[in-house]
Amino acid sequence: MKRFEFLIEWALFLCALLSIGTTVGIIGVLAVETFAFLREVPVTDFLFGTEWTPLFATPRFGVLPLVLGTVLVSTIAMVVALPMGLLSAIYLSEYAPPRVRRLIKPVLEILAGVPTVVYGYFALLFVTPLLQRFIPGLAGFNALGPGIVMGIMIMPLVSSLSEDAMQGVPRGLREGAYALGATRMQTSLRVVLPAAFSGITAACILAGARAVGETMIVAIAAGQQPRLTASPLVPVETMTAYIVQVSLGDTPQGTLEYRTIFAVGMLLFLGTFVLNLISAWLRARYREEYL
Amino acid sequence: MSRDATATRPPSLAAIAARGGPPPAIDRPVKIQAEGLNFYYGGTRALEDISIRIHSNVVTAFIGPSGCGKSTFLRTLNRMNDIIPGTCAEGKVLVDGVDIYKPGVDVVELRRRVGMVFQKSNPFPKSVFDNVAYGLRINGMAGSHSELAARVEESLRQAALWDEVKDRLHDSALAMSGGQQQRLCIARALAVRPDILLMDEPASALDPIATQRIEELVYDLKTTYTILIVTHNMQQAARVSDYTAFFWLGRLIEYDRTEKMFTAPAETLTEDYVTGRFG
Amino acid sequence: MNATARRRALDLLFQLLAMLILCLALGSLAALVATVWSDGADRLSWDFLTGFPSRRAEDAGIWHALAGSMFVILTTGGLAVPIGVASAIYLEEYGTRSLSARIIEFNITNLAAVPSIIYGLLGLWLFVRVMAMGRSVLAGASTLALLVLPVVILSTREALRAVPSSIRESSYALGATKWQTVWHQVLPVALPGILTGVILALSRAIGETAPLISIGALTFVAFAPDSLWSPFTVLPIQIFNWVSRPQLAFQANAAAAILVLLALLLTMNAAAIWLRDRYQKKLV
Repeated sequence: MKRFEFLIEWALFLCALLSIGTTVGIIGVLAVETFAFLREVPVTDFLFGTEWTPLFATPRFGVLPLVLGTVLVSTIAMVVALPMGLLSAIYLSEYAPPRVRRLIKPVLEILAGVPTVVYGYFALLFVTPLLQRFIPGLAGFNALGPGIVMGIMIMPLVSSLSEDAMQGVPRGLREGAYALGATRMQTSLRVVLPAAFSGITAACILAGARAVGETMIVAIAAGQQPRLTASPLVPVETMTAYIVQVSLGDTPQGTLEYRTIFAVGMLLFLGTFVLNLISAWLRARYREEYL
Repeated sequence: MSRDATATRPPSLAAIAARGGPPPAIDRPVKIQAEGLNFYYGGTRALEDISIRIHSNVVTAFIGPSGCGKSTFLRTLNRMNDIIPGTCAEGKVLVDGVDIYKPGVDVVELRRRVGMVFQKSNPFPKSVFDNVAYGLRINGMAGSHSELAARVEESLRQAALWDEVKDRLHDSALAMSGGQQQRLCIARALAVRPDILLMDEPASALDPIATQRIEELVYDLKTTYTILIVTHNMQQAARVSDYTAFFWLGRLIEYDRTEKMFTAPAETLTEDYVTGRFG
Repeated sequence: MNATARRRALDLLFQLLAMLILCLALGSLAALVATVWSDGADRLSWDFLTGFPSRRAEDAGIWHALAGSMFVILTTGGLAVPIGVASAIYLEEYGTRSLSARIIEFNITNLAAVPSIIYGLLGLWLFVRVMAMGRSVLAGASTLALLVLPVVILSTREALRAVPSSIRESSYALGATKWQTVWHQVLPVALPGILTGVILALSRAIGETAPLISIGALTFVAFAPDSLWSPFTVLPIQIFNWVSRPQLAFQANAAAAILVLLALLLTMNAAAIWLRDRYQKKLV
């Protein structure tokens, strides 16, 4: 009996350990292939080069166009998602009657659960044509359309995480403000929002990480042309879209092109990992403050 | 036996703690004995130097104000506190002369021998039959189904519940009344044939009639079991118990025959408590 | 007085703005569904559901992709659920305060936020190449299993945490061991909650495209997979394939396939919500 209990505990522990194995695996795989890549391409060329043409006859491996494409699309997404998400969080947390909340929250959940390939379709065949009516110079593939759609996609994440942070603010703080004659808006903006600040920031950073790692929307609707531009109107390529582009062809293992996707993946992983760490640290801080 | 050990304590406390030590005269063998038991929840000491001897086949009541340690002490006797993280016990607790905190003690076997009934009735969300049969099954105590059924019936009879539930053994236990649920929990505890039954305020959530049935049951069961009952209700302690122990702030203040505890306690603290001056 | 009126007006304005934003969000969901419906509803037919890919858009069907999605998801569930539930049991019931449990916990919250395409790279390297599974159902399902594992673990932990501790106590008090308590008492009570989490995790997996593309799941597989080692395609990849073609007719196919995918997701979510409601009633 004792022996059986012991075996069970070990089996359960090994299962739990698998998640560590996944992390180790991810880091290991990316590191091994990136290292092999960097033996052929100097790290400064990779990080600071301004041309990304790995599939050309004279390949160039400057990752900046991909990074900039990613930053551009993510920035557009955040410009859409942050105000929308925060306002809806404030409304849901401070204003909405319970019945409205019960109605809206599942809809937001659905919005967050739509597959990204569907959002890609939406960006390419609805949002971009719609925008083209107002912006004449907009190309069929561009950063703007997918950016906006991505913003809609991550807005529920910003909203629900920020709402959680605001719900964590003690009622006493709100009552104190109301007792001084503040309106709900003043209470929300000057009392609740600052008190929940680190939690809300954590939510926004997490949403940023989601935007950076988002793949299908940009692979479908942003085009596949790595270019160093800040214009949202022309085709760009993000890091994720590049990985998709290479994966669609049958790139033989061990070639330099094959390794580029791991090198780009490494950069992507590090970027999102740092954002996640900051977010986790901020969340731990707001828990300490109020919970 | 703890007189010397506690002599260095401040006088009033020494007097208090010493009183818990010597067991009152009794003709029955000692079933449970605690010696210098301290118990900690993280950094706070919940039990302080408890020494007591509890005799077999009597009912012993633990009384005292909330947070005095009576429930904590009860839960040290089947090492139920072990499942709360960050707790630790010091000192000895002997059950049938064996220290249950000694390394290598089989806690699972201990808990089978020392049954427990909780304050809030907590039947499993299963049928009446399965509730009682669970302990038998996991302990491998019934070979065949007929044997299992016989043991279930016997336990339900012992808990004076059989006549009420014999026609709905396979209905959910959660559909029964609070008093029935609590007697089911008693039947469940009795099914695995413990020698000792710990009851943690078993009637505190019940109405007077259900409470009376539990008390009658306790009276019937003491011929077979050694029963320890925690209660905040002093009338109940007076009605059901042979011995009473009074706890206060984690210490055992006084322990004596119930009649004496309620009529002529040695300690003014006990007297104040049993006459309702505090607590 | 004037100031108060102005503050009131601002408050109202603010509220209106927030409601407008929410309407915008709901509106975009409506627009999305409306677009897909108007583009693709005409293509929905029995032939479309049961057909195979074709060079002519109007003859093409999605049976191979639908069957592939089902097969991959069931395999993913078969891998991720036992491991995820076991991990959650370890973290919640066994090693609650130990250092290793805390490290694992931290690691899981981090994993939950790693971009899905990174899992695809791991899957490509580990399952497709090193473990030589090729671009098979098993490789795809293993990749997705790693991806949804954190979700399964986190939701199972929630479900286990919701089981009243009195159930554990009374089981221990009867002389049950830890595993007996978990297996006979805790798990049955937590089961609806666990199932809800599992369905939600799998509904996330069924919509995933990127990791399967990066392990190289072929986009032109023309048959339904019949074993774990078959090459496969799934609905989202078929959608991606069609949406990337310039011809309008293929885009209509993509829209119709999206409708099927959304219907599948809606069914899974409805099942999860139904389970959750039943569960909540039972605990009260």
